[in-house]
Amino acid sequence: MGKIVYVLPDGEQVIEAREGESLMQIAVQAGVSAIEGECGGEMSCATCHVWIEDDWAAKLRRPSQDELDLLEADDHYTDESRLGCQIKYSSAIDGIVAKIPG
Amino acid sequence: MSHYDIVVVGAGHAGTQTVFALTAGGFTGSIALIGDEISIPYERPPLTKGYLADSMLSDELAFRAEAWWAGSTVERHLGTAVVAVDADAHTVTTEDGGTISYGTLVWSAGGEARRLPTPGADLNGVHVVRKLSDAEHVKRLVATTRKAVVIGGGYIGLETAASLRKLGIEVTVVEALERLLQRVTGEDIAAYIKAKHEGEGVEFLLGTGVSEILGEDGHVTGVQLASGQVLPADLVIVGIGLIPNVRQLADAGAEIGNGVLVDKFCRTTLPDVYAIGDCASFESDWVPDDRLRLESVQNANDQAKAVANTLLGKPQPYDALPWFWSHQYDDRLQTAGVLTGYDSAVLRGDPATGKFSVVYMRGDTVAAVDAINNVKDYAQAKSLIGRTVAADDSRLADSAVPLKAFVTESQLA
Ligand SMILES: Cc1cc2nc3c(=O)[nH]c(=O)nc-3n(C[C@H](O)[C@H](O)[C@H](O)COP(=O)(O)OP(=O)(O)OC[C@H]3O[C@@H](n4cnc5c(N)ncnc54)[C@H](O)[C@@H]3O)c2cc1C
Ligand code: FES
Repeated sequence: MGKIVYVLPDGEQVIEAREGESLMQIAVQAGVSAIEGECGGEMSCATCHVWIEDDWAAKLRRPSQDELDLLEADDHYTDESRLGCQIKYSSAIDGIVAKIPG
Repeated sequence: MSHYDIVVVGAGHAGTQTVFALTAGGFTGSIALIGDEISIPYERPPLTKGYLADSMLSDELAFRAEAWWAGSTVERHLGTAVVAVDADAHTVTTEDGGTISYGTLVWSAGGEARRLPTPGADLNGVHVVRKLSDAEHVKRLVATTRKAVVIGGGYIGLETAASLRKLGIEVTVVEALERLLQRVTGEDIAAYIKAKHEGEGVEFLLGTGVSEILGEDGHVTGVQLASGQVLPADLVIVGIGLIPNVRQLADAGAEIGNGVLVDKFCRTTLPDVYAIGDCASFESDWVPDDRLRLESVQNANDQAKAVANTLLGKPQPYDALPWFWSHQYDDRLQTAGVLTGYDSAVLRGDPATGKFSVVYMRGDTVAAVDAINNVKDYAQAKSLIGRTVAADDSRLADSAVPLKAFVTESQLA
């Protein structure tokens, strides 16, 4: 068990995380309502959009072309954009900070 | 008799999301969520996909963890069916005879999977896949299944066929119409998906009716076609559509068409009664004949948000862009827009490469885009739907020109 820090426009939520679950699943199950995960991780909705700063991003697998294609069409796209459903939690990223656009 | 400011009937996608949107929006009144299924509210799309074929577990399907529900003020009445609505008295009656009164009723009862009218349809081993309990049954049977027949060549049938193949089961798909996915997509996509399934070993019998389901000792043994031919089977999946659950509203006097009729704010013709999700036929700007009933997660979610906003005092008409996805084998199909009433289809890219899309035009307006393994076109299409495009077909057909290029030269229809 580790932690993920979700940073919302109105404050932080620190959520317990289990190995192997995605940042989207963890947020949705806990009711971090700014992450909806409408498509259940099928790369169809981008409602799991998060911003990950470089230091953390360096520890992650790089995004696939599909992930980038979906993100680029989103209004909040920046260099730090990722899909929460494509990032699996592991102890190597314990404490990762995911900012929620908006 | 208990009273709640808001009573939500149906604890599926739309009902659950309504509750989430209300609580996230700071609603301070009382809320009851009544659902006839006993399980914690869960997502349906994986039932025919990951849940059936892979190692996904039922608790991974839950929208929210039990801890969230326990910490919320929403009162859940699960395993409880609503049998009647009294719109004048503002009450609903549950199957155990209880009465619950409401200030506002949100009806999100979805639909029942249509059953086969043929003899033998109630044999063991004949299943629909609509609920978790259906999928659990099917999952238990697959271990002893060698041959399966899937009746219906829509998304539910085809996704199930793909999952069963993945498990090594022989699969035949029987479809009454001459082609697959007739109601929901164009010919290029249907042909691609058919070829994909055939490559995976699925057999198709199109334009074929079923006359009887055969059985022995109460368990299915085969499917008899209208032609007399018998397909042996130890599992039969029936995926032939959905009947909206609106009888209680009809009995209460609501206006009904293909589902319960609602306006742009999801209001039924009954006072203080809203309807959303698979059971609601709504006024839509996205189609020429102006009414739509959609069976999709997008529609359930966005209508839930629309109703919640109205109840939070921020009413806005529901006009979200429809989108949909399906997943079969490794193929991802994504749709933006609605395909009803298009005049022409422009193919972008080569289906043989396993990555292409189709742009559906209504006159010179983009009505919808279907994308196979082409997230880029799907994502960019979302801002192109409903726009009038000046370009001729040959440019639209050129997959080297990104769809977003057409957004700049288009105007909203
Ligand atoms: C197997 C499957 C796969 C799918 N795949 C996709 C997909 O890939 N992409 C996509 O966009 N959509 C998909 N869908 C469609 C999507 O799941 C539905 O559109 C969505 O669930 C509709 O939400 P709803 O709330 O209207 O209905 P539901 O989610 O069906 O919820 C309705 C609930 O109300 C309950 N109920 C009914 N009558 C009563 C009553 N009288 N009293 C109390 N409770 C009642 C029902 O039991 C049910 O729990 C799929 C659906 C299924 C079944
Ligand atoms: S959950 Fe839909 S794209 Fe991530």
